[in-house]
Amino acid sequence: MADSDAAGIPRGFGKTEREDAWWIENLPFIIVLGAFAIYTTWRAFEGKFYWTDPYLSPFYSPLIDPEHHWWPFSPAILILGGPLGFRLTCYYYRKAYYRAFLLDPPSCAVGEGRKHYHGETSFPFILQNVHRYFFYIAVIFVAFLWYDAIRAFFFPQGFGVGVGTLVMLLNIVLLSIYTFSCHSLRHLAGGKLDCFSCSTFGPVRHTAWRGITRLNENHMFWAWASMISVGLTDLYIRLVACGAIKDIRLL
Amino acid sequence: MAEVTLRIFRGDQKGGQHVDYKVPLVPGMVVLDAVHSVQGHQAPDLAVRWNCKAGKCGSCSAEVNGKPRLMCKTRMDALPTDRPIIVSPMKSFPLIKDLATDVSWNYKVNKMIPPFQPRPGVEWKMDQRDVDRVQEFRKCIECFLCQDVCHVLREHGKMDEFGGPRFFVRSASLEMHPLDGASRTRLLREKLGIGYCNITKCCTEVCPEEIHITDNAIIPLKERVVDQFYDPLTMLVRKIRGASTP
Amino acid sequence: MTSKFETHELDVLIIGAGGAGLRAAIEALAQGVRVGVVCKSLLGKAHTVMAEGGLAAAMANVDKADDWRTHFRDTMRGGKFVNNWRMAQLHAQEAPDRVRELEQWGALFDRTENGDILQRAFGGHTYKRLCHVGDRTGLEMIRTLQDRGVAMGFDVYMECTITRLIKDGDRISGAFGYWRESGRFVVFKAKAVVIATGGIGKSWKITSNSWECTGDGMALAYEAGAELMDMEFVQFHPTGMVWPPGVQGLLVTEAVRGEGGILRNKNGERFMEKYDPKRMELSTRDVVARSIYTEVREGRGTPHGGAFLDISHQPAEYVKRKLPSMYHQFKELADVDITKGPMEVGPTCHYMMGGIRVDAETGQSSVPGLFAAGEAAAGLHGANRLGGNSLSDLVVFGRRAGLAAGQYAAKAAHGSVNNAEIDDAERSMLAAFERPQGEDPYQIHRDLQDVMHNLVGIFRNEEDLKRALVELEKLKERAQRMHVDGSRMYNPGWHLSRDLQCMLTVSEACTHAALARKESRGAHSRLDFPKTEDAWGKKNHVIVKKGTAMAVFEVPVRELPDDLKQILAEEK
Repeated sequence: MADSDAAGIPRGFGKTEREDAWWIENLPFIIVLGAFAIYTTWRAFEGKFYWTDPYLSPFYSPLIDPEHHWWPFSPAILILGGPLGFRLTCYYYRKAYYRAFLLDPPSCAVGEGRKHYHGETSFPFILQNVHRYFFYIAVIFVAFLWYDAIRAFFFPQGFGVGVGTLVMLLNIVLLSIYTFSCHSLRHLAGGKLDCFSCSTFGPVRHTAWRGITRLNENHMFWAWASMISVGLTDLYIRLVACGAIKDIRLL
Repeated sequence: MAEVTLRIFRGDQKGGQHVDYKVPLVPGMVVLDAVHSVQGHQAPDLAVRWNCKAGKCGSCSAEVNGKPRLMCKTRMDALPTDRPIIVSPMKSFPLIKDLATDVSWNYKVNKMIPPFQPRPGVEWKMDQRDVDRVQEFRKCIECFLCQDVCHVLREHGKMDEFGGPRFFVRSASLEMHPLDGASRTRLLREKLGIGYCNITKCCTEVCPEEIHITDNAIIPLKERVVDQFYDPLTMLVRKIRGASTP
Repeated sequence: MTSKFETHELDVLIIGAGGAGLRAAIEALAQGVRVGVVCKSLLGKAHTVMAEGGLAAAMANVDKADDWRTHFRDTMRGGKFVNNWRMAQLHAQEAPDRVRELEQWGALFDRTENGDILQRAFGGHTYKRLCHVGDRTGLEMIRTLQDRGVAMGFDVYMECTITRLIKDGDRISGAFGYWRESGRFVVFKAKAVVIATGGIGKSWKITSNSWECTGDGMALAYEAGAELMDMEFVQFHPTGMVWPPGVQGLLVTEAVRGEGGILRNKNGERFMEKYDPKRMELSTRDVVARSIYTEVREGRGTPHGGAFLDISHQPAEYVKRKLPSMYHQFKELADVDITKGPMEVGPTCHYMMGGIRVDAETGQSSVPGLFAAGEAAAGLHGANRLGGNSLSDLVVFGRRAGLAAGQYAAKAAHGSVNNAEIDDAERSMLAAFERPQGEDPYQIHRDLQDVMHNLVGIFRNEEDLKRALVELEKLKERAQRMHVDGSRMYNPGWHLSRDLQCMLTVSEACTHAALARKESRGAHSRLDFPKTEDAWGKKNHVIVKKGTAMAVFEVPVRELPDDLKQILAEEK
């Protein structure tokens, strides 16, 4: 047995009686989220190759002051805070990064060996409580991205469909599902009611709540799928925009 | 007959260690059967709690190979029987002896939660849609495995400031009861310390009743706390409404 | 008054924290007296949580024609008319109010379309009558009562075993016990004691009962001079699991048959056609249990010695929704998917119809200040209990016993607690530690279970029963020489050595009563007297302690008043 106190209890970081490779479950998160964070930061500061008619990278939408009249830096920096804040305060991401990066806990029934803990009761994590406001902001972004996805059907020569069109469409579908499977929305739409059958619009809100609940059950999946899709969409547009690949027109 | 080694913690507050016992393996055996076999033939004073042996009472909580589990629902053939199987008491609670721990703290927390209070003048009719959501919470068998695994209690020992997943589930069952008129959000924020929960979901992972503790109880309660204490919009709406209907 | 031990002074002491004990505590508290509840396990773990199917109450939410009269008639018919008619009447009349009360305390039953409490069919009940929550009704009930009691402020003494009732002259004055955790002794001074300790199933090898069901309350009452009644009527539930060995006896709810489950033998024959062609699988429990047993004994059993119970003809989703815990139980413990194939089931010792003889209205025993309710009390169920009638029994008579005990205690003064008696109780608890070596309580327990299983089982005969008495004598002697190892701290071997004494007492009472009833009636089947005789239908057996021996005598079944006779005569 590992280090233990009088009653045979292992204490300290990583101490556990678990025999399985508990640390493995954090690896994909560390790798993928780490890679995404590095890529996003680089792309946000890059400030070019985000537009190739009719495709606009989701990192740069809505596009603000691309001509640098008043904003000298990359336009992405102006807007990325919205989606970033939504994901940072998302109930699923919280679980994932508390475990993978803050090791609080590293895994279930695995020691932390840390003295102080305030959870989400003090700064900065108390700010997680405003998740619903980031949801409101995220809805605005979703609207812009839908506009961009529809615009992606309209090439300079007229209506058409390219691989980029489908990529953008798939991306916004995934982003929409992720956004609308949000725990906060689930609460606001109906979860906050105690009695569906005796509230105004109760039955309608019950239906909405049920629907969101169904999506919410796979919130983790939608979080991953939409994060990967948004990264790949940007990558695709960047590669097309810088001329590394050519967009294939399907229609 | 095949044998398996059980490495069971033996000891009390004064100290102890794991002791190996060899047990004949019987088809369909669960860990509790093996522990009973040790008790009935080798260690008559081995302390272990159990009652129904069917996953309905939540008495035989322990840690098997480091994972919080009900022993009566942990099949031996699902474990690697070529190595000793480690059986230890729950670690979040003070040890009494062997596999029995002092879970009395849970009963103290429970007392803090205001009981069901029907709204005045309710008609005793309920819709199954409303009942469904609460019945999930009422499945809880109080095995306290969620309390055991929760790092806020297990690692940080916040027994004085934090109620733990079990009592968020109980609070949720009352808060979402279609006929209940009391509010427990202030209690949840202040005395039960729901803010300490960082929704890392270990409670949900260990729940033998498969209650979605985090998604269906804790997060909805956190959102209700936000409604009352953090969201300026809902707070304003409540103020205006409160002013118009005293 | 002794000062040697931790002492608690109460008005009413409730022994047992299952449905009956908790309901009694709530009602006693409402009388404004100080109430304490003692239980052997943690609060909320009592055997009541194992009750699955539901709680029988003629609320007529589903079948409008139902009323208390029909419920009364069903109960009397199920009990083969040796029930205490007054209890059956009170039970049928009051059960609906007790259910509504549970709801007002926060219980959430399944609902009908119009928002009422949903009710389901069960064996022996004319109408759909069982209020339920899926197949975990007992848990809902115990949690509701537990929360209610805690909110009202009763004192709960968990993991504490009472080993002796203390009397002042004729009347109860307290109880002596030990903390399971520390092994230290404790004395409760009380004006009234309510026994709600449940059943005795642990005396049998194959049982659905937990370790707690060792007949403590009946043995305590018997030792204190109270009467036991109907001890020959032990219910074997027809459907317990038979495989794998570790879960042998574990209950398979009657709701499986309620939802359309079919019983077959190994040749695929639906054998209930032979035994009860009219009611088939939904016949009363005694009949179904005997039928399965007979099939097995005549060589038509399944590979593991049971019958096949099949619900797989129902849609898989329906089965999972209506019987979720059965689905999981078989899937996880027996590798059987009940939506695809049959379960293997066989009879398992389940319920004690007999127990402490009490007054119907108050639950008071023949000892002043000693009350009993629930499975520990006799009378309501007669020779056979209908499914669903036990949960309603707990709340109806738990309330009545609590009420009467509270009122009694409010008027009574504390009796004295005799130091010599406490010293004696202490000595007898410590004796097993003091012997350097001796009999192993676990071995005696296994031997007792074999004796009761083989000789006082579903089918009985004079030879077996007489042999059982001889064997029980030997076991009692061995129990005098028990030795336990280890310290007094949380020592299950020591705890068993005490529970074993209770099991031996109630086992002996069962055997005596079974030997005395020379007929077959309800759950009591004599191979040498296979007929049900009218003359025996007018008698109950009462057992009482005479010196150190057990005396059995007959008492007449109370004559029904004419209006109730009328109800029984009606055909439905």
